[in-house]
Amino acid sequence: MKKYPVETSLSYPKKGAMGKTGSWRVFKPILDKKKCVKCLRCWIFCPEGSIHREKDDSVSIDYDYCKGCGVCANECNVKAIIMEREGEKKK
Amino acid sequence: MALKDYPVDECLLQGNASCPGCPATIGLRLVLKALGKKTIMVVPACCTAVIESLYPHTSFDIPVMNIAFEAAAAGASGVEAALRQQGRTDITVAAWAGDGGTYDIGIQALSGALERRTNFIYICYNNQIYSNTGIQRSGATPYAAWTTTTVSGKNEFRKEMGEIILAHHIPYAAQTCISYPEDVISKITKAKNIPGPKYIEILAPCPPGWRFSMDKTVEMGRLAVDSGAWSLWECENDVMTFNGKSKLILEKKIPPKPVEEWIKYQGRFSHLFKPQRDEERLKAIQKYIDDLWERYRKCYLKP
Repeated sequence: MKKYPVETSLSYPKKGAMGKTGSWRVFKPILDKKKCVKCLRCWIFCPEGSIHREKDDSVSIDYDYCKGCGVCANECNVKAIIMEREGEKKK
Repeated sequence: MALKDYPVDECLLQGNASCPGCPATIGLRLVLKALGKKTIMVVPACCTAVIESLYPHTSFDIPVMNIAFEAAAAGASGVEAALRQQGRTDITVAAWAGDGGTYDIGIQALSGALERRTNFIYICYNNQIYSNTGIQRSGATPYAAWTTTTVSGKNEFRKEMGEIILAHHIPYAAQTCISYPEDVISKITKAKNIPGPKYIEILAPCPPGWRFSMDKTVEMGRLAVDSGAWSLWECENDVMTFNGKSKLILEKKIPPKPVEEWIKYQGRFSHLFKPQRDEERLKAIQKYIDDLWERYRKCYLKP
């Protein structure tokens, strides 16, 4: 990365500037790919940008940085994303 | 444009310091998708100054200048003047400030920059409180809302910043909400291509500040528009157009939802419902919104 010779406090962009924010999570979003209709609403509304969009418009969740807010599950019209507590498995 | 046509590139990196369910980061992602990488952002003291994360790292992949609370528009004017002097016309200058830095503290710098016809976009993300400092009342806080400085509910109604801006007769001013990504992106794209000062205000429902569950961020914005508590409009060269649901409400094609539908989910209004319903203040809130729309109809509805 290009460093600039300035005599002031200057921050440089870095992914995960606050560390792996996935550790903040209490509830975990689980994506059911069979139900997903690729509407991309979760991708556009994810506050964290933790829902990755692939070339074919399918989505995947980045658990390293997902803070578990649940906006994606609330906005999913086909209920393809459900929230479950970390460490528990729903049947 | 449909959602799938929007760029995949993110200018706001993951792992930033925002709260879970933060509306400001939803707004920033949308705005930066529309503005692209050739943007310089000026950020005063607000939640976004925290979202940038800790020195020596930042979560913004574009140049950002931090500046004092009252000086967002003044700082942007300086950046714009420097770019103009260097002959760089391909770079967008955007100021991104909260409602405290726009409605209260930053209004004189903003008014000055608009009057000087600075070529920049001023974006205010309005969460109706000073949320970064711990939920204090601002000029945008609605009537009867709890904050840490108005413990029994605010006694005054909020001011209409949009109409203060319209009095400057700038080329483009708009009001939008994070719950409508198409609306946000189309308004920002439009503003980007207009020379001169532009003002865009984005409603950002703040889960810790408004006291609602963090998964309801987007839903709260939608309810605010449906109930008429917030309106989507744009004003280009003094021609006012309402968009989406707000247009239908203005033309009386659909009735707005009762404002209670919006406030009952928010803990900051919970003192209006328990221990007993405060009918007087609930009616006052509804009357304020009804009167507001009646005034909009008188001013902006073409016969």
